[in-house]
Amino acid sequence: MNIFDFGVLTNWFDNLLESVMPSWAATVVECVIIGVLLLAVYSVLALFYIFYERKLCAWFQCRLGPMRVGPWGVLQSFADMFKILIKELIRLENIDRFLFALAPYLVIVASMLSFAVLPWGKGLQIIDFNIGVFFMIAASSIGVLGILLAGWSSNNKYTLIGAMRSGAQMISYELSVGLSIMTMVVFAGTMSITGLVEAQADGWFIFKGHLPAVIAFIIYLIAATGETNRGPFDLPEAEHELTAGYHTEYSGIHFGFFYLAEYLNLFIVSGIASLMFLGGWMPFHVPGWEGFNAIMDYIPSVVWFIGKAFFVSFIIIWFKWSFPRVRIDQLLALEWKYLMPIGLFNLVLMTLVVVYGLHF
Amino acid sequence: MVDLKEKIGKLCPSATFEDGEVLRVSVAAGEWRALAEQLKNDADLNFDYLVAVIGVDWKESLGCIYELTSTATRAMLEVKVTTADRENPMLHSVSDLWKVALLQEREVFDFYGIVFIGHPDMRRLFLRNDWVGYPLRKDYDANPEINPIRLNLEENEDDSVTYVENENGEVEKKEYKLFEADDYVVNFGPQHPSTHGVMRLRTLIDGETVKRVVPVPGYIHRGIEKLCESHSYPQTLMYTDRLDYMSAHQNRHCLCLCIEKALGIEVPRRAQIIRVMMDELMRLSSHLLSYGCMTMDMGATTAFFYGFREREQILDIFDKTCGARMSLHYNVIGGVVADVHPDFIKDVRELCAIMPERLKEYHKLFTGNVIAQTRTKGVGVMTKAEAINYGITGPSARATGYSCDVRKHSPYSIYSELKFDEVLESAGDSFARYMVRMREIEQCVSLLEQLCDMLEREEGNEYCAPKVPKLIKLPVGHWFQQVEASRGAFGVYIESDGGKNPYRMHFNSPCLNLIGVVDLTCSNYKIADLITITASLDYVIPDIDR
Repeated sequence: MNIFDFGVLTNWFDNLLESVMPSWAATVVECVIIGVLLLAVYSVLALFYIFYERKLCAWFQCRLGPMRVGPWGVLQSFADMFKILIKELIRLENIDRFLFALAPYLVIVASMLSFAVLPWGKGLQIIDFNIGVFFMIAASSIGVLGILLAGWSSNNKYTLIGAMRSGAQMISYELSVGLSIMTMVVFAGTMSITGLVEAQADGWFIFKGHLPAVIAFIIYLIAATGETNRGPFDLPEAEHELTAGYHTEYSGIHFGFFYLAEYLNLFIVSGIASLMFLGGWMPFHVPGWEGFNAIMDYIPSVVWFIGKAFFVSFIIIWFKWSFPRVRIDQLLALEWKYLMPIGLFNLVLMTLVVVYGLHF
Repeated sequence: MVDLKEKIGKLCPSATFEDGEVLRVSVAAGEWRALAEQLKNDADLNFDYLVAVIGVDWKESLGCIYELTSTATRAMLEVKVTTADRENPMLHSVSDLWKVALLQEREVFDFYGIVFIGHPDMRRLFLRNDWVGYPLRKDYDANPEINPIRLNLEENEDDSVTYVENENGEVEKKEYKLFEADDYVVNFGPQHPSTHGVMRLRTLIDGETVKRVVPVPGYIHRGIEKLCESHSYPQTLMYTDRLDYMSAHQNRHCLCLCIEKALGIEVPRRAQIIRVMMDELMRLSSHLLSYGCMTMDMGATTAFFYGFREREQILDIFDKTCGARMSLHYNVIGGVVADVHPDFIKDVRELCAIMPERLKEYHKLFTGNVIAQTRTKGVGVMTKAEAINYGITGPSARATGYSCDVRKHSPYSIYSELKFDEVLESAGDSFARYMVRMREIEQCVSLLEQLCDMLEREEGNEYCAPKVPKLIKLPVGHWFQQVEASRGAFGVYIESDGGKNPYRMHFNSPCLNLIGVVDLTCSNYKIADLITITASLDYVIPDIDR
């Protein structure tokens, strides 16, 4: 494995800081820098994702999508963000002001926390726990709290229905997401994110893991779409039923937070899919093809990771723009009657595969 | 066929008859209720379909015209019921016999102040509750000081009233509440993405389940029928394009037919072919819009754009010939306003050529989808008997197996020469309604192909009758004409006193009846089904709020 290790850069920077200031100060400076970088990457990625989805959806729909602002409309989402930033935050009467203001922050904090643990590239891990996957799942489930609060505190019938739907939906679908991730954790034998990626050096899990890995991947894709409230599972904000669902009453940057978090959650679930099934930042290798593998190694690991995430997002976006929305009873029936039992069975199957060494 | 005169004369000896295109029976207010029961239930008469309840003010008396049809024998009958009491006009309601009268009688009450005894919900339908007077009465005072533009919000009226006759023949007023204080009532509309216009559905829900729907129309009521009374006949034509704007041609065709019938004008054959072609293009565009909106409401946004892509092509055809895309103003009394554009036939043929392929795409994208199927099949079921009783026509009625195509049953213009099938489904659910529209698109394409051939062969080049008088005055009388618009049977009733303005002009819209079944079809389904069902009923708001 000759892929460039970003650890060289980060260690050099760390040593540089330590040479000019005490160790604690260096850590503080690094934390601040990482925080700023994260925020920057977070917002830029969100803007890119908005553009990405708008373009893809336009092409699915025989349209061109945004074309006016900048070449091919690439600056459109910057313009949109600027618009959201300068819009008035409307003060509503008869609402729970504190919870109303708190809700968007909970949503965005949840999505940022899980964003932070993604394996960006070789040596580009912000923090490497031995229970990284567990942390990621835990952090991402705070989001539902924000949505419930938003719906409740708005004192509006549409938002309340939207919040109740999303509560039921996100909690249900988290089970399947968790189960399929657990299946892969059993296969890898580790919960550390770096460990998971390293374990895929000789082949991505989706290839190595046999049938159970493929089943887990499919379940994960469906459940993740459900957990991020995207079509065909976009019931909490089903605009044709509930106008805008739980965020009907929000304006300005408060709405912007929900909007950003929604797109970033798409990136996060795609990132987790690429980490769990598609090798994280691992390049694509074919055993025996040395030349091909060497060329693949030249592509930086960051590009591999982001590229895979974009690919998974493409599939999820493809769903959304092809299918009609499901109904709440169908949604819950799909999870509790099909996905979860299959997921449980699949976990057992994977355990057997691991115990008897039936994988590659 | 029974002799209606003899039969009704026996049932109601005091009735007077007036021969015409349709037999008109005049009965006194007191005898109407008994006669209505006989008309509905008598095996020989069997008038099970009440087409319209039309309020008229004859100055010396107020009253209603009931247009009745028997779906079995296709016999038609007009009943005129009058009351001389202008202060406190009262008639007996027939809303328990024909449910379609539930909304239509409310409309009459709204505009003429006639109270219907026994009607369960005697509130105004379109106007605000604080409106003073009854605008379609001839002695109505339109002084803006009496009814200023009110800037205050209208109070939510949960109080309803019903008038019941007790054993002594006295009428009692009973008030009751539409909703209880702790009912969870959600407003869908007037501003809502899925009501397709400013329409409000007050929906009582229990969790995700819809318990009851109370439609509140009237947000864009323009008083077209009132306006028509002060316009000359050619001027009234322009309002028809603004009723159901997705049936602009058919509506205008209907009004033109009615006036031409009254004047005895022969429309040149070329004009008739063009009119029917335009009608079918309009129907095609309307069904494409309906496909788009229904898929969109169910969350399949991409399908919406596919439907709109072909609709755009039709609008371009309209644009070339009529100079407009929405309010087309193409039919005039005696024919059409101008000959078709030289490219017209070529464009229509191109459209017909691509449609079969495009239909396959629609089916691939939506019809076959498992989510679409599970969400529409068995949802919002309406039976054939209910469809007839609620006066439903058009694709929504044909989905129940009820054959009601005006083009087949009382062909107008050149429809009798054309070969087409009346599309019928039997399930009566949202999927059947959707499929009727999709299959009607195929019929439209086949009709258009036949019509292209006819128009090419047609040697006459007159597109408008030459002898249409400059000042159109209809003789004294009354006429009723129906056509098959995109959403069902659209009717025009004209009553003339010989002047240059109509004395009374009524538009009988299919969509008003459609909102009458929203409660029936949506109760005990989920909120998401409410959207699916209303989308599959496919009503257009300006047609409700005339």
